[in-house]
Amino acid sequence: MTVDVRAGTSVAGGIGQRAIRPDGIAKVRGEYAFSGDLWAEDMLWGQALRSPHPSARIRAIDISPALAINGVHAVLTGADIPVNRYGLEHRDQPVLADDIVRYTGEPVAVVAADHPETARRACAAIVVDYEILVPLVDPEHAIDAPPMHPDGNVFRDLIIRRGDDDARGPIAVEGTYEIGMQDQAFMGPEAGLATPTSGGGVDLVVSTQWLHNDRDQIAECLGLAPALVQLSLGGVGGAFGAREDVSLHVHACLLATRTGRPVKIVYSRAESFLGHVHRHPARIWMRHTARPDGEIVSFESRILLDGGAYRSSSYHVTANAACFAAGPYRVPNARVHAIAVRTNNPPCGAMRGFGVVQSCFAHEAQMDLLAAACEIDPVELRLRNALAPGDELLTGQRIEGTLPVAEVIRACAALPLPDPAVDDVLARPGGAGRTADAVDVRRGVGFALGFKNLMYAEGYMDGSVARCRIDAGVVTITCAAAEVGQGFVTLVQQIARTVLEVDDVIVAPADTAIGSAGSTSASRQTMMSGGAVEQACRAARAELETRATSDPDAGGTNPGLIDIVALTTDRPIDVTEEFNHRLTHPLDADGQGDAHVSFACAAHRAVVDVDPELGLVRVVHLATAQDVGRVLNPLQVTGQIEGGIAQGVGLAVMEELIVQDGHVRNASFTDYLIPTALDAPTVEATLIEEPEPGAPFGAKGVGEPPTISSTPAIVAAIRAATGAPCTRVPVRPRDLM
Amino acid sequence: MAMPVIVADSVEHALSALADHPDATVLAGGTDLMVEVNDGRRTPTQVIAVGRVAELTGIRVDGHAEGATIVIGAATTFARLERGPITELAPALAYAARTVGSPQIRNAATIGGNLATASPAGDSLPVLVALGATIEVAGANDRRQIPIVEFFTGPKRSALAPGELVVAVHVPVRRGPQDYLKVGVRNAMVIAVASLAIAVDLDARTVGVGLGSVGPTPLGAPDACARIAEQARWDTDHLTVDPAAAADFADQVAAAARPIDDHRGTAEYRRNAVRVMAARALRRCGR
Repeated sequence: MTVDVRAGTSVAGGIGQRAIRPDGIAKVRGEYAFSGDLWAEDMLWGQALRSPHPSARIRAIDISPALAINGVHAVLTGADIPVNRYGLEHRDQPVLADDIVRYTGEPVAVVAADHPETARRACAAIVVDYEILVPLVDPEHAIDAPPMHPDGNVFRDLIIRRGDDDARGPIAVEGTYEIGMQDQAFMGPEAGLATPTSGGGVDLVVSTQWLHNDRDQIAECLGLAPALVQLSLGGVGGAFGAREDVSLHVHACLLATRTGRPVKIVYSRAESFLGHVHRHPARIWMRHTARPDGEIVSFESRILLDGGAYRSSSYHVTANAACFAAGPYRVPNARVHAIAVRTNNPPCGAMRGFGVVQSCFAHEAQMDLLAAACEIDPVELRLRNALAPGDELLTGQRIEGTLPVAEVIRACAALPLPDPAVDDVLARPGGAGRTADAVDVRRGVGFALGFKNLMYAEGYMDGSVARCRIDAGVVTITCAAAEVGQGFVTLVQQIARTVLEVDDVIVAPADTAIGSAGSTSASRQTMMSGGAVEQACRAARAELETRATSDPDAGGTNPGLIDIVALTTDRPIDVTEEFNHRLTHPLDADGQGDAHVSFACAAHRAVVDVDPELGLVRVVHLATAQDVGRVLNPLQVTGQIEGGIAQGVGLAVMEELIVQDGHVRNASFTDYLIPTALDAPTVEATLIEEPEPGAPFGAKGVGEPPTISSTPAIVAAIRAATGAPCTRVPVRPRDLM
Repeated sequence: MAMPVIVADSVEHALSALADHPDATVLAGGTDLMVEVNDGRRTPTQVIAVGRVAELTGIRVDGHAEGATIVIGAATTFARLERGPITELAPALAYAARTVGSPQIRNAATIGGNLATASPAGDSLPVLVALGATIEVAGANDRRQIPIVEFFTGPKRSALAPGELVVAVHVPVRRGPQDYLKVGVRNAMVIAVASLAIAVDLDARTVGVGLGSVGPTPLGAPDACARIAEQARWDTDHLTVDPAAAADFADQVAAAARPIDDHRGTAEYRRNAVRVMAARALRRCGR
């Protein structure tokens, strides 16, 4: 991949430099300890028994056969949980099912034993008497079906109305689109180690995206004061949204407090697929009308999201799907109706792109239909309707920060196309399977555009805390932001190096001993925790300069000559700062309001080779231009773009959890396919730098946009190559035949 | 959860261990077995490891010219089949080996394991069917040769009797074009949705076809092969097929498939994929 960026700052390893990750070499060499590697003297192994049914009533549970097994130390059921309710935003999910199971894989009991195999056998020995119920698996039916939970079947029903309900243009296009259930498919399965502490508390080392939210939920469920529950971040092997929700946390902590022993839980791959939330499957109808010159007059959409059995983040996923349903285009008149429902399918929640991925697939298909109907080039149509700062969103919010939509369109479209297909069977659709000869392959090109909010929304009071300590010249930064692979630990060092003009920066472990940094999600840590780190470092810098002015030997008034060692020996500087973004507001009854903080956009152009007779696709090339605010680390931006595109390729052509009658049919990496090196396209990226006001160094979060519009660009290219409508992702071979 | 392992150092050692432990599980590369063990689907009480038995690893050629046979030890890995002499002697087998899992998997997985597991999706199996291979198995008292088409008795079931071990695969050397085509929803590292091997024998003037993932076992297409052998015009170094005969061949091969619907694909898609692969395979082999 090639990246075109401006030069950064002059501080070695500082802002704008290709600084390398502090944990990078250990990870590449296989020496990095992930949470699955946790180990404690005398520890027990926890294992959950999960429901084999998507919907059933539990008549009785007999744990005595499990307890009778030698080596089993505890067997717990719902009755043992002090407060048997948790949930990321709303507590509607039992830690262990009490009377009803609502999805296949729902935990019913947990066991602690001296060996993982003992724990597995103990789970198998538990006798659960289920009265099997008919599962509610059709989200359309769920809206009006009898409630399958005391909180009802509708997680959110959101309407956005803008402009004139009756305005219509002479040209109309409409379509119905489906998005399958994508999984985050991180490599490191859920894992944690809970250790009881004196005073009845518990310490948990765990892979997560948000230590403090986990801590609060665990404390609630255990009936403990939050101070008695301490969390530390284990080595995280990827997250992508799937670690926002609590998984094994309460199970491990409760088993540890009950047995008085450390308890480790590691999910198997199959359990991981059942034990975390997925991307919401969606069914989306849209109708656009436009003037003959392509200017959009009206937009209507109905979005139905299957949230599965419990709410998780469905409420806010719905808002994102709705608020950004039209894409980064000026739409004067709109009506959007978005609904997320509860079903007996696997629970869905956060995943990279958070509701916008689904909408973007639909609106970009529509934009291509509109371009065809108006007989306008698809890139030109997008330019004619492109949003710009000062314009209003569907929600009436005026864009106040930067949003270079037209710029990303032009920059992406200007990137060179790849060379014609090379004469190598491995490079054709089918790859190593040798299915296609050159004559069997058709090439297509597709273009797509997307945008998304950055940070939490709808009035959420967001903040992050960071601490900068300088002791005898040694700089240590502490922040509870979860490093999940995205590279925040690198940014911490870069920010501190730049602000303090030092070479070495220690990044302290993330834990709940300091205040919350919020979640590693919503593309927010660069701004929120990066902002907190910058603020803490600037405060420390100010203190250094104050000390220096009164100490001529340590630099006097020349900041470049500050003797940081002399100034902090025997009198360390220790400052803690909180960063907050500007306030946002809830949406009103018409879905109007200043609900969002900041936005980022990207354009993608895909080149694919398709073998239409077999329905096989090779994604050859992805060109992209992305609005990044300012590049803090070109290497890491590159990583986010390439990785995000790979996930977009996955959703376009292969990644889907197949759920039939409430059962996941492919809970393994044998059958849940993610792109390999032979599936990953060549990526060429251009980064558009328009610094965002209020963000540290002007940087925007960059993790989500690559995943949003890459999928529709690839599908547009497949349509161009085949003429197939491709209204559903992932595109399956049979859809092309 | 002890899982005792006997590391066999000879075929006789492995067979006597099998006789002593009739319920033992034979371990070669472990790429199928360990997945099942780790998933808790299988709990071996006794393991007999055969990967270090010298007689079971390696490739040799018996005989000369038309009568030559490649003898492949059962514990030979796909990494060894994907390059080296097999690329000349049985290119379709090398192509098939290349499609097995990842490089790490191919360094461990063995052709004997592919046979003993007897999955209809086993990548090497359609090639062995197309080439008319013979499976050499050893029991406590004797050895026997099982024609490949008789080896598979059902999904993950084979003619291997209790106490028997797959020792070697005997693959005839055939002079003529060969190929292996495999459809999966990913460009590498994927279980076959449908696969097809073809082997043309210019000396015997025969065509062999094997099909994978489209029936309870790997399948042949003997009727289609017999017919195309009659319809083709044979020369010493190539065969020529007219378009109508080629289309007829593709239809007949597709008709030999017995596919089902599952989460990897539909029966309809699979049958059509077999037809397309058959046409392309023949196109590559002929003029």
